[in-house]
Amino acid sequence: MKLFISCDSLARAVGADDLVEALLGEAERRQVKLDIQRTSSRGLYWLEPLVEIDSEQGRLGFGPIDSADAASLLDALASADCQHPQALGLVEDIPYLKSQQRLLFARAGITRPTSLDDYRANGGFEGLAKAALMPTEQVVTEVLDSGLRGRGGAAFPAGIKWRTVREAQATQKYIVCNADEGDSGTFADRMLMEGDPFLLIEGMLIAGLAVGASMGYIYVRSEYPDAIAALNEAIIIAREAGYLDSTGSGVAFDLEVRVGAGAYICGEETALLESLEGKRGIVRAKPPLPALEGLFGLPTLVHNVLTLASVPIIMARGAQYYRDFGMGRSLGTLPFQLAGNVRQGGLVERAFGLTLRELVEGYGGGTASGRPLKAAQVGGPLGAWVPPEHFDTPLDYEAFAAIGAMLGHGGVVVADHTLNLAGMARFAMQFCAEESCGKCTPCRIGSTRGIEVVDRIIASTDAGEREDHANLLRDLCDTMQYGSLCAMGGMTAYPVASALKHFPADFGLATQEAAQ
Amino acid sequence: MPDELHHLPLIHQVLEHERHKPGALLPILHAIQNGLGYVPDTAVPEIAHALNLSLAEVRGVISFYHDFRTTPPARHTLRLCQAESCRSRGAEALAAQVREQLGVDDHGTTADGALSLRPVYCLGACACSPALELDGKLHARLTPERLRELVAGCMTEVTA
Repeated sequence: MKLFISCDSLARAVGADDLVEALLGEAERRQVKLDIQRTSSRGLYWLEPLVEIDSEQGRLGFGPIDSADAASLLDALASADCQHPQALGLVEDIPYLKSQQRLLFARAGITRPTSLDDYRANGGFEGLAKAALMPTEQVVTEVLDSGLRGRGGAAFPAGIKWRTVREAQATQKYIVCNADEGDSGTFADRMLMEGDPFLLIEGMLIAGLAVGASMGYIYVRSEYPDAIAALNEAIIIAREAGYLDSTGSGVAFDLEVRVGAGAYICGEETALLESLEGKRGIVRAKPPLPALEGLFGLPTLVHNVLTLASVPIIMARGAQYYRDFGMGRSLGTLPFQLAGNVRQGGLVERAFGLTLRELVEGYGGGTASGRPLKAAQVGGPLGAWVPPEHFDTPLDYEAFAAIGAMLGHGGVVVADHTLNLAGMARFAMQFCAEESCGKCTPCRIGSTRGIEVVDRIIASTDAGEREDHANLLRDLCDTMQYGSLCAMGGMTAYPVASALKHFPADFGLATQEAAQ
Repeated sequence: MPDELHHLPLIHQVLEHERHKPGALLPILHAIQNGLGYVPDTAVPEIAHALNLSLAEVRGVISFYHDFRTTPPARHTLRLCQAESCRSRGAEALAAQVREQLGVDDHGTTADGALSLRPVYCLGACACSPALELDGKLHARLTPERLRELVAGCMTEVTA
């Protein structure tokens, strides 16, 4: 009997390893031969640990399965109809999964992460094969035409960066993958690196080919040890298979994983470059652009994991195929990540344009606590708290900017009525104070003053005084937003100002209209 | 301060292996900390000499990054996530519970050196918040009971 169980770190954190052990033990007692393949995760995390088995129609799923259910599961699998209380039917038919448009995560839950055969058998390296036959200029044109924008949060058109780096004159250029996914509520980069590391390698290879770079670095945060291990293993396999080369002969591209050291600011691209150079992660002023003077002062293409991982599919299927997904200027798909107080947390890869309500209520199924929904923070710790009255906004970069929010990396943290947003505003300032690199004043000092002002609002017993402090906080947000050197200080204003605007009662303030 | 000179062979071995990498300082610090559990003071002049940096530059990097520690670690390290997703599922109450159970504050270590408590901002387990990492192992869908059990497990093992 062959079963599929995920080896994703979060599946393991909720008991996948214990389950595998229990199943193997139980099978041995029954003298049944059991082959358990450890695949990536489907991203249906509320169903993890999820067990899958092949059937004539496709894979059948069972989940979540506790290790105490090992015996009952084996009973069910041995029977003709596979009846079990946790039976889910065909995994591909689970509405949560069936309605998704999985381009980046097409192999999620299906393949073994570091099996080159699995990767190749499921479309792997098709993009590279096509790109290798094209003039490099055309590869860049394809990326431009696809409409792909940076998935790290800033949403800058990727192709323009590629063209800039390609046209830069230098003896050495670099590809740097920003895998410092520090935003709370986001885990798509982690899932992709742990579950499909060859896809990132393929994307970086194509990028290296197109812009003329011979070396790539993947800067992974230290909080992701499983991703680091998967990438390192995949890089060795890719080298042995001849895709990468560290000797400088044959294909002229090699990769190295570098590990961060717990500094959130190193997710900012210039701080990341400083860190890669072995320095403190202090933000650089731009210009010069990293595309021209990046790592070690040389032209460098810096992209988020998902941006680079989108490239193979664009090359394999063509720019037109990719840009047919999405709306307006937000083209392609975005893997949204549902997290926090949500009943069905997980990964939802969809074309841009579905509404936040469809995501949170449709896919998420509302709050996990069952209490009324209060707000969702979209785009990580520097994203705005969006109140339910804005939930019909389509998930599109421009539409979110228009309501004073941002999509960022696609993370959505759901909160119910028990979460006090004055406390979260204070936390945003505290986080900024702790993680600021200290280079610019609005961020370094503004964040500490911000904590104090929020504390004064909360502590004050006088309504007029609270209003005065609130105005001061609004002013401070303004200064940080427009005066900071990078998004760290600049966007800390988003969660604070949005909490203040939409949830004044949490601060003991009068309603919005009265406050303004 | 314990005699740290016996760490020198490992430090030299790491330097020999890593010093020629471009931007070698972080890989060196990670390798030393992986080997010794912390970056001892004796390592600083050795690293500075090998990379042609000033002592201040090396110390500046060590102190900038939250991960690097300059004293030996406790027997166990508990990193409790305090970021937004976990907060929306009660991480603040969990943190208060563990601080009370251990009688230490964030970043503190119990008097017997058994466990140190560190806040962390996101472990990427947000779909199953709240989460923590204990000695490198991730635990999610954490309940107050489970947290109490995990902490108690660390404490009894040491006193036994």
